[in-house]
Amino acid sequence: MIRMLFRRLWLIPVVLAGWEWLARAWANPFLPPPTRIASWMREQWFSGPLLLTEQAVDNFVPSLVRVVGSWSAAVVIGITLGVAIGRIGRLADYVDPLVEFGRAVPPPAMLPVFLVLFTMGTQVQVATIVFGIIWPILLNSIDGARGVDSMQIETATVFGVPAHLRLFRIILPAASPKIFAGLRLSVSLALILMVISELKGSTDGIGYLLSVASNNADMPGIWAGVVVLGVLGFALNSLFLMIERRMLGWHRGARRTA
Amino acid sequence: MLEIDNLTHVYGPGSPNEHHAIDGLKLSVAAGELLCVVGPSGCGKSTLLRSIAGLIKPTGGEIRVDGKLVRQTPDNLAVVFQDYSRSLFPWMSVADNVALPLRRRGMDKRQRREAAQEALESVGLAEAGRKYPFQLSGGMQQRVAIARALAYRPSLMLMDEPFGSVDAQTREDLEDLVLKVRGHHRMTIVLITHDIDESVYVGDRVVVLSKAPAHVVGDLKVDLPAPRDQITTREHPDFVRLRGEVGRLVRGVDAPAATA
Repeated sequence: MIRMLFRRLWLIPVVLAGWEWLARAWANPFLPPPTRIASWMREQWFSGPLLLTEQAVDNFVPSLVRVVGSWSAAVVIGITLGVAIGRIGRLADYVDPLVEFGRAVPPPAMLPVFLVLFTMGTQVQVATIVFGIIWPILLNSIDGARGVDSMQIETATVFGVPAHLRLFRIILPAASPKIFAGLRLSVSLALILMVISELKGSTDGIGYLLSVASNNADMPGIWAGVVVLGVLGFALNSLFLMIERRMLGWHRGARRTA
Repeated sequence: MLEIDNLTHVYGPGSPNEHHAIDGLKLSVAAGELLCVVGPSGCGKSTLLRSIAGLIKPTGGEIRVDGKLVRQTPDNLAVVFQDYSRSLFPWMSVADNVALPLRRRGMDKRQRREAAQEALESVGLAEAGRKYPFQLSGGMQQRVAIARALAYRPSLMLMDEPFGSVDAQTREDLEDLVLKVRGHHRMTIVLITHDIDESVYVGDRVVVLSKAPAHVVGDLKVDLPAPRDQITTREHPDFVRLRGEVGRLVRGVDAPAATA
């Protein structure tokens, strides 16, 4: 266990040490050494009464709420619409062109629109994130629901499986490998869009801290934001992979033996 | 039990790919009978089965199960499909696969679990309930599909080439399993196969279909001593005679030149 952890992680301290050495030798203010960034973070964010300072709480929490809330909303809307479109042939004929257009719009392009539409506030970030990440979820859900094996549907018909069970026990699980492929993309995309939407027209959030630090040419502050975002992204992704592994265990098993 | 009158089915009527699968098929199956349907490949056997199961609406004729016209799947009917890897749900445990259809029977969770376990025991898979289908061999997966059908307690069980995807040894085991379970559960079985020996070995009666468009060209009673045995039954003079007759009927239609 410890050996394995060491084998996987030994490069990180090496890179940090190299960075430290390079930054001190070069002495460029735009490349602060890691120890500088770490002490800046401790001072500004992690020296509060309950570990976190007021500044950290006031900015980390809104970001977290936005990214998790928007992602959840997009998941519910995307899967619901996607399964409906995928299972109802006529609906797909009408909606397909719209979906093709919507997914082609680069999500950050919608930020100014939403800023005008919703004025300032969390709703702007939520709208930007949801609009940006819903496409991979929607498209993969459509694809997954459409591709359910007809034999599985016929089996359900023969054995009189009622409609709600057919949806939750057959169609959704059958489509889940595809749906999860879309969700995986949406997790990293959500974080990107969270930062972008907070850089402009926001009064709090990690992206907001980044833009303030950038305006003040506060290099350790910028780097600190980058580090927090990296850790947040890594944590969200790990959490997601853990859930995916649990939910799709059968799929990996079935594919191995097939 | 099952009455099929003048059944006709045409795929894509009016289109250039129009295909007459079944034409004026008449058949009647008594309660408790094990009927084998044989015919050349592609003769419309599966179309027949899917029509009985209410999965397709035939273009002509009538099918009655227990006197009731089939419009959708009758609720006392179960199907064992050939392709177990597609008809079992890979995301459910074996026990859940068997128990899922039982919700319709108004059983609570405990009753469903017990019924599933009982059905699994009757096909010799008492220990497999918590496994997933992919962890079982092909023959065992088909046993699960049979257990699912048994737990459902149908009065009519349809089997669509159920042993077509397993090896010869497993096939014999599964044939004997069908003979065994039909003794315990009183039900009518219609088994579709392209294997002539199998039809005579398993069936009380063998119906031979012509090549497409299918109609009945032979209807033979199988009067072999029970219990049937893979070695002695197949040596029995009646078995040899019947398989010859069925074989000629299947082929005779295939190669009309031979009869000229």
